[in-house]
Amino acid sequence: MRRSHEPISWSLFGAGGMLLAFIGPGLIVSTLLLAWLVQDPQALHATLSSGLQHPLARLAALAVIALPLYHTAHRLYHGLHDLHITGPTWLLGGFFYGGATALSALCALWLFSL
Amino acid sequence: MGTIELVATRYRPEQDVQPWEQRYTVPCSEDMSLLDALNYIKDELDPSLSHRWSCRMAICGSCGVMVNGEPKLSCKTFLRDYREAGVVQVRALDNLPVERDLVADISGVVEHIEAVKPWLIRHSTAPVDTAHTQTPEQMARYHAFSQCINCALCYAACPQFGRNPAFLGPAALTLAQRYNLDSRDEGSSERMPWLNAEEGVWSCTFVGYCSEVCPKDVDPASAINRGKVASDINYGVNLFRLLRGKSDA
Ligand code: SF4
Ligand code: FES
Repeated sequence: MRRSHEPISWSLFGAGGMLLAFIGPGLIVSTLLLAWLVQDPQALHATLSSGLQHPLARLAALAVIALPLYHTAHRLYHGLHDLHITGPTWLLGGFFYGGATALSALCALWLFSL
Repeated sequence: MGTIELVATRYRPEQDVQPWEQRYTVPCSEDMSLLDALNYIKDELDPSLSHRWSCRMAICGSCGVMVNGEPKLSCKTFLRDYREAGVVQVRALDNLPVERDLVADISGVVEHIEAVKPWLIRHSTAPVDTAHTQTPEQMARYHAFSQCINCALCYAACPQFGRNPAFLGPAALTLAQRYNLDSRDEGSSERMPWLNAEEGVWSCTFVGYCSEVCPKDVDPASAINRGKVASDINYGVNLFRLLRGKSDA
C-alpha cells in the first residue's frame, strides 16, 4: 500500500474550512461594522493599515486569505472528479493547488510590503 | 389485502446474454416486507427467481437489493411504503458483479473487509483469569461502528467504489476505525497503512450517501472522516520520523 500525500492538501483544506466556519462570518460583519463606524474611506484605510503594521497581524491576515484559498482549490479539484471531469493529475493539481499557492504568495508579498 | 406490481431484474448467466425485467403481481398487506414478497414469488409463482436472505430481521446482512434505485435490506423494506408508487423495482446491488438475478457477488467487499484485520490484535499477553475490562466511555468510542452487519449497501451507494473497486470502501474503513478505537486493541499500526493509502480513506470525497442508506445507523461517512484525521496525524508523525533519519513507517 503506497502512502497517499493527500494529508498535505487535506490539512490545508481542513484548516481553511475551520477558519472560514469559525471566524469568516464574524470577520465580514466586523469589517462591515468598521466601514459603517468609520464613514470616511480614507480613514478606514488608515485604520486598517495601521492594524496591519504588526507582523503577527499580517500573518493572521495571510492565514485568513491563503487557507480558504487552499480550501476552495481542494473542493474544486475533488468536485471535478465527482463530476467526472478528469484530466492529468499534474495539470489539474497544478492549476488548483498551484493557483492557490501563487495567489497566496502574491498576497504575502503585498501584505509584507505594506 | 390488495396487490402490488414487482419488477425484478433477472439475470441467469447460463441462459441470458444480458439482464432483463420480469413483472410479478404479489399480494400487498400492511405487514408484508419485500422479502416476504420475494419469497412468495419463489414459493408460489416462479421458483427460478434467485435472491439471498437468511435471518429476516436485519441481522445477517444478506438480503441487500436495489429497491426503486435505492440500496435496501429487503427484510427491512415494507411493501406498504410503495403502494403509492404502485410498483417496486428490484435489482441486485449496484457497483457489484451480478451472480444471478438479485444476488450480487460481494466477495470483493469481503476481501476489502478482511484486509483491514477486523479483529482484536494483541501483542502483550492477555490477562489469564480476568476479562479485558473497558469503561462505558471507552466502549462508546467505537460502539456505533461495531454495529455493521456487512450488508454492502454502503458499497452499492458509494460512487467512489463504483468508479474504483480497489477503494476499500465504507464498511472496511469503518471496521478499521472500529478496532483502532478499541482500548483493548493493539493493532492499529497494522491497519494504518490501509487507511493511509490512496485506496484507503483518501479516495472518499465525503459524498455521505453510505451513511444515508446504512440500515444499522453505523455512519460510515463519519468513521472515514475520523479516519482521515487519524491518517493525517499519522502522516505528520511519519514526517518527523523521516526528518530524524528513521525509516518510513
Ligand atoms: S456500514 Fe452499514 S451499510 Fe455498510 S455494510 Fe455495514 S451495516 Fe451495511
Ligand atoms: S434477511 Fe438477514 S438482513 Fe435481511
